[in-house]
Amino acid sequence: MTMLQLFWSFFQIGMFSIGGGMAAMPLIQNQVVDLHNWLTLTEFTDLITIAEMTPGPIAINSATFVGIRIAGVPGALIATLGCILPSCIIVSLLAWVYFKYKELTLIQGILEGLRPAVVALIASAGLSIFTLAIWGKGGFSINVQSINYISLLLFSVAVFILRKWKPNPVFVMVGSGIIGGTVYLLM
Amino acid sequence: METKTHIYRKLFSSTFYLSAFTFGGGFVIIPLMKKKFVDDLHWIEEDEMLNLAAIAQSSPGAVAVNASILLGYKVSGILGALVTILGTILPPLIIISVISLFYTAFRDNTVVNAVLKGMQAGVAAVIADVVINLGSNVIKEKNIVSALVMVCAFAATFFFKVNVMYIILVCGCIGATKILIQVKNSPKDGDK
Repeated sequence: MTMLQLFWSFFQIGMFSIGGGMAAMPLIQNQVVDLHNWLTLTEFTDLITIAEMTPGPIAINSATFVGIRIAGVPGALIATLGCILPSCIIVSLLAWVYFKYKELTLIQGILEGLRPAVVALIASAGLSIFTLAIWGKGGFSINVQSINYISLLLFSVAVFILRKWKPNPVFVMVGSGIIGGTVYLLM
Repeated sequence: METKTHIYRKLFSSTFYLSAFTFGGGFVIIPLMKKKFVDDLHWIEEDEMLNLAAIAQSSPGAVAVNASILLGYKVSGILGALVTILGTILPPLIIISVISLFYTAFRDNTVVNAVLKGMQAGVAAVIADVVINLGSNVIKEKNIVSALVMVCAFAATFFFKVNVMYIILVCGCIGATKILIQVKNSPKDGDK
């Protein structure tokens, strides 16, 4: 019964969190904290912190975290499955429609309108992380003292290396993690 | 010639690897996918990658999962989509399972926090690099509507925190209107 509930709760989270990311958070809180008492509010806050610290979509992270606490590894698998099933069905259908009809003039026009918007969304995601890296959780501030100069230096060097030598981006991310981490710990 | 198993293996390893390094969630995986599948493997065109990103964003569920389904489907059909889904969900599944065993220790660990703080700058740099490439391509088209859409969409999402769904809807309508006007103004082949 618990398994079924886990599956159904995360199915709903997967189904109704359009846009991903933080949009899923209130839905997760509603299901996991308010409706089923699977986590206390403090545990939920911890979950969000950990989800932000680790890779992967927040909905998948929550499904795994809640599932494993309620019913072990099988619970984690069931909750994750429930969470991705709506995507699998709907996106597969959309993929089929897209690849079949993408040559239509009207679809071409819509996609042409969407492409610059997507570039803007990527830029916005990037700038949010940049702000977090340079100014921390408080957000942008004109006060020069609140600037994290180590982060700013890491960012500038990383952009320079990426533009000049085009290395695998993962090396740049891991490299800045190791170098930055070492500097922060030594300070 | 690339064999099917080779393609599946490459799809799995690429998505697994990207998912394992996608900190921040949401749209952050798109620039990484673009680098891997467009610049590196040349499996899809840049324009198509952006189309897929738009579809992934407007569908229910996590953007990373949706985008990987579309990529897998594009490269190798439904089976390809299943492979990329698996590649995308396994890293968070494994990492969170391990962390949930001792999560307070992880959350309060200074080394972990320092390394993650350092990585933020690197992630921001990778996204900046991709945005410079994509943005200059939009500008190079010398299409005023596209450039305007890009600037306005950025302002709407970043400064005014407009729901992304509305941005996608409005931009789609702008694109549709533009193409309908073009079609109306151009002479039809049937008139000859």
